[in-house]
Amino acid sequence: MKYRSVFDIIGPVMIGPSSSHTAGAARIGRAARHLFGREPKYAHIHLYGSFAKTYKGHGTDVAIIGGLLDYDTYDERISQSLHTARENGMKIRFHEEDAHSDHPNTARVKIGDDNGELELVGISIGGGKAEITELNGFELKLSGSHPAILLIHNDRYGAIASATAILAKNQINIGRMEVSRKAEGEQALMVIEVDQNIDDAILGELERADHITQVAKISD
Amino acid sequence: MFRNVAELVELAESENIQISEVMIRQEMEVKQLSREQVFSQMERNLDVMEKAVEDGLKGVKSHSGLTGGDAVLIQNYMKNHTPLSGHLLMDAVSKAVATNEVNAAMGTICATPTAGSAGCVPGTLFAVKNQLNPTREQMVRYLFTSGAFGFVVANNASISGAAGGCQAEVGSAAGMAAAAIVEMAGGTPSQSAEAMAITLKNMLGLICDPVAGLVEVPCVKRNAMGSSNAVVAADMALAGVTSRIPCDEVIDAMYKVGQRMPSAFRETAQGGLAATPTGRELEAKVYGISLKKE
Repeated sequence: MKYRSVFDIIGPVMIGPSSSHTAGAARIGRAARHLFGREPKYAHIHLYGSFAKTYKGHGTDVAIIGGLLDYDTYDERISQSLHTARENGMKIRFHEEDAHSDHPNTARVKIGDDNGELELVGISIGGGKAEITELNGFELKLSGSHPAILLIHNDRYGAIASATAILAKNQINIGRMEVSRKAEGEQALMVIEVDQNIDDAILGELERADHITQVAKISD
Repeated sequence: MFRNVAELVELAESENIQISEVMIRQEMEVKQLSREQVFSQMERNLDVMEKAVEDGLKGVKSHSGLTGGDAVLIQNYMKNHTPLSGHLLMDAVSKAVATNEVNAAMGTICATPTAGSAGCVPGTLFAVKNQLNPTREQMVRYLFTSGAFGFVVANNASISGAAGGCQAEVGSAAGMAAAAIVEMAGGTPSQSAEAMAITLKNMLGLICDPVAGLVEVPCVKRNAMGSSNAVVAADMALAGVTSRIPCDEVIDAMYKVGQRMPSAFRETAQGGLAATPTGRELEAKVYGISLKKE
């Protein structure tokens, strides 16, 4: 089931005008920000389907950038986000894509700075709920029915064990887990679906574990 | 966890509890939260809805200038006339319009289930409230009942205009509101399901065709009509009228209609009212304004 909580339906509290094109878009931007771990210096946003056709009217552009600035859906600063981001020195480009996408509200977000780059694909499935379907070229198969954590790590022995040990210590049960890598010894990704919500303290602990470079929480 | 309306009604009736109670218990279980935590989170949403209705009734205007001020017009009319469609119905309409006008003006609202359809649930709630005099707890329960039906639609069909057209947004919202009105008025869980079915049946096929891609025209007035649809369907269900097609099958029909809906009618601003000469003219004007703003 895609929606687990009554607050996915009655909620979120948000700045208008569109839950899918504004709130969902802000959540895609914010997921990118959390995965990247800091405010990026540039952002290339590719929009598909209904996103591409109507983003100006719905404030999708403002919302995604608001998310990159770590604003939540109800943050009133969202309306000024383009201005704020540019003032912070962020270089922003929007691309309206004609190509067909599986979901009508799809955004490909490429962000980065001198120290790194991140690329993800997010879809806004309705009512403000967003899903991440691709991260740095890794296809994500999240069921969306459980909270999930994404760990970008170096492909070394012990990386997986150090992550699962932290979860075990905190009595977090893993429902599903997937590990993929670009090539032997290079960047790799762990997707872990868990039964309980993960609090920030545990995320912090994971972030400090051996070989793990980035941590993010999805579909809370 | 209930997967459809039949299971939801069955759960409520077998345990002799309200739909709202089924939803509250499920939420506590899924999120591992206490009753107080779940309840107070929903009460905060209720506060946001109340504030949005208040703001809208004071009068707001969207940045594009396409919408705003109609909620005030309707309330003024009600002060000086006896509305032909009845006071409660027009009160619901004005409060739904108020909420969506605030949304269009980039104000703070609570999505129910989406922002574009945010008017139906609070619009009907704050109108029905004046006649039924519910406690604050019953008002919060209204939102859990709406949420329970919306939960089924979201998981079995869609609540996204881009995926399923307006029937998936305002159609779902109106159905959710109808079901909640029935519970607040003392109806049974199965009467709630009938009200949802009757409402959604009458919104099947409704396309999503926002002028200039903005959540304004016709979205604000669609919430007005969704709310009135909900109130009428709730009354019909409370009278004992049933839907010949069960609620779950209506939801499934809505899903299938949405899947076969051309993309021009799914929130792309390329068909319907958006493609009328006046719609196109307004679009050109709006983007003229927004270009200058940048």
